Amino acid sequence: MLKTFLIGIKDLRLAFRDRAALILMLAAPFVLTLGLGLVTGRFSGNNNSGLSDIPVIIVNLDNDQMGDALTDVFTSEELADLMEPVLGSDPEAARQLIDEDQAAAVVIIPKGFTRSIIPQENNFATPSDPVKIEVYANPSRRTSAGIVKSIVDEFLSRVEEGRVSGSVSIFQLMLSGRITPGQAQAAGIAMTEQLQTNTTDSDLAIKLNSSTAAGEEVDFDILAYLAPGMALMFLMYTVSYGGRSILAEKTQGTLPRLLVSPTSSSQILGGKVFGIFLTGAAQMLILIGASSLFFQLKWGDPIGVIVLVLAAVFGATGWGMFITALARTPAQVASIGTAVMLIFGILGGSFISLDQMPPAIQTFSRITPNSWALDGFTTLGLGGTLTNLSTPIAALLAMGISLFLVSVALFGKKNLVQK
Amino acid sequence: MPNILEVQNLVKNYGDFQAVKGVSFNIEEGEIFSLLGPNGAGKTTTISMLSTLYTPTSGDAAIGGHSVTKDPMAVRGVIGVVPQDLALYEDLTARENLIFWGQMYNLSGKALNSRVDEVLEQIGLTDKAKNRVKTFSGGMKRRVNIGVGLLHKPRLLFMDEPTVGIDPQSRRAILDTVKDLNKQGMTLLYTTHYMEEAEELSNRVGIIDHGELIALGTQKELTQQVGQAETLILHIGENDDSEALAVTLKTIQGVQQAEAVDHEVSIVCAEAEDVLAAVVTKANDRGIKIRSIDIREPNLEAVFLHLTGRALRD
Ligand SMILES: Nc1ncnc2c1ncn2[C@@H]1O[C@H](COP(=O)(O)OP(=O)(O)O)[C@@H](O)[C@H]1O
Ligand SMILES: [Mg+2]
Repeated sequence: MLKTFLIGIKDLRLAFRDRAALILMLAAPFVLTLGLGLVTGRFSGNNNSGLSDIPVIIVNLDNDQMGDALTDVFTSEELADLMEPVLGSDPEAARQLIDEDQAAAVVIIPKGFTRSIIPQENNFATPSDPVKIEVYANPSRRTSAGIVKSIVDEFLSRVEEGRVSGSVSIFQLMLSGRITPGQAQAAGIAMTEQLQTNTTDSDLAIKLNSSTAAGEEVDFDILAYLAPGMALMFLMYTVSYGGRSILAEKTQGTLPRLLVSPTSSSQILGGKVFGIFLTGAAQMLILIGASSLFFQLKWGDPIGVIVLVLAAVFGATGWGMFITALARTPAQVASIGTAVMLIFGILGGSFISLDQMPPAIQTFSRITPNSWALDGFTTLGLGGTLTNLSTPIAALLAMGISLFLVSVALFGKKNLVQK
Repeated sequence: MPNILEVQNLVKNYGDFQAVKGVSFNIEEGEIFSLLGPNGAGKTTTISMLSTLYTPTSGDAAIGGHSVTKDPMAVRGVIGVVPQDLALYEDLTARENLIFWGQMYNLSGKALNSRVDEVLEQIGLTDKAKNRVKTFSGGMKRRVNIGVGLLHKPRLLFMDEPTVGIDPQSRRAILDTVKDLNKQGMTLLYTTHYMEEAEELSNRVGIIDHGELIALGTQKELTQQVGQAETLILHIGENDDSEALAVTLKTIQGVQQAEAVDHEVSIVCAEAEDVLAAVVTKANDRGIKIRSIDIREPNLEAVFLHLTGRALRD
């Protein structure tokens, strides 16, 4: 156990002393994130990227102040790049369009929504049971639908704040055109801080029909998608680099030397795997730290981020072992590893959102750790927590375990000791 | 002295090719035993089986009473191994390498640190301890490679051609280290294809060729096998045909063996003085200019030549 740990630490140290490896592990994803961020206009405030013009159908049956306000949010200038709203009137027809994959989500604002929130002049009694807004999401466009949900969520939490404080002034201001939806958000944030002390969950009268937790800021930052995408792609480099080092130790004679020391071959193999895992985790955490620092990127719930990173690295390590088990020489691991890195990068959605790919490819992309982890990071970026990550984490762990078992069977002891 | 190593009929096949063909020998506690043989003789293969890296095709060996085939883990605690090819992490410093390998030999804490300091002193790299191995010269790397094998103070140390390809100064330092280690009580199995090293270091020598141990004993015992023979070494011109000359020289009465190696011809004979004149004449007849002649007392080179009809050097 101790030796396994020591071998892992040794490999971590070696990886961070290899300049070529550092460039691909850290510099490349960072620079690519920066570059793609510039191309997509993140730094010029122009949101024009793979995740833009999300088709959403708004069915406003309320036709009153609050329903109109939410519709205005979706049709506002500020969301013009991100959203492509279409106004509908028939909920059933709209749902049908989703089932036909014509849009990412339908937002159905039911009749009486406003009434359930704002006490009417002629009715000073407590408002009746809250009326729920329904977001009907397209399951094959999870990311886009997630963004729609979080916008609705955000809106509702602002409304709720106003309601709790006995004031809907922000929305009234907004409706009367005196402030923009963006300013409303800012005002809402200020109010949140004010209200935090006396707001509790039980006060919430309006709940969304989804499990998405109340969002903090809806500002969808394209970097929140790009940065994890790039980090995950180059995580695949790191795991194949680690796998390559298993075969390299064989040719450079350190593996035979380990094998004639009082160290068992399972301790050695375990140490090598642990080293890959440590290096991958260090790489991801450094990239996440750097993007938070330099791009002010918010990755979300820190515990969720850490657990998701560990699960993603675990799944990717399985792939690194599998590639190594298939190859005969360090050079083969390097070339197969590079190919896998690029294919997984594209398949896993590191460059373009999977929402825009045919369903068959979306299904196939599930073999990549990239796609599961990217889902997780998107959930976190939109305000989710660890509790919302059970699916991606379970998938990544299952992936890591099964690939590891297959690799050990392929690898055998034969490959460690020659003849 | 009891035997620390007993080898019985060790055989190793690589596919159809038999690299080691039933080798048997013992090493006594406290001695330096050399395996002397040309490249490809099977020295590294033998060491690999003794150090539990390769499984013998047949035969066995006992080290400190433990069988290399049945109880390899116990054997690994007794032995230290200095492989022929460097086996180090070039991106770690000398000290980091020693620390890591010490940990693999179950050393830790203060004991490990002070042992690493001792070894650094012994290999003369205390000053360079914090430099990465990749910045070292070939000789310095070899010294680190040796240091790794010493960390856990093994009772029996295997050194596989530790002086190949380095400068004379580093070579001298390594040979002195070997002698020091032996004085401190370590038993050594030393392989080499340099006759002089085997002569200088060993108590006993095993001569190995084509996977077979063809002679075994002290240097004195071995040279007695070739009788009172002496070796004449002719150094001739670069363009002269040494092979043809060797063939001619074999016909001289009193010449037991004649073998060409590059621009030299080695001649084994009972008395150098008796054949010298004839040798010079034959060379002159062929128009070959002799640059110089060495006369050597019976040595391991002569033994090898006597036994195989070939020169030891490549
Ligand atoms: N892994 C291997 N596979 C096949 N042949 C080998 C292998 N290792 C060594 N040999 C052959 O076995 C013979 C003995 O090699 P080796 O033990 O390395 O000799 P030495 O160390 O005395 O130079 C040589 O002919 C060599 O080519
Ligand atoms: Mg050898």
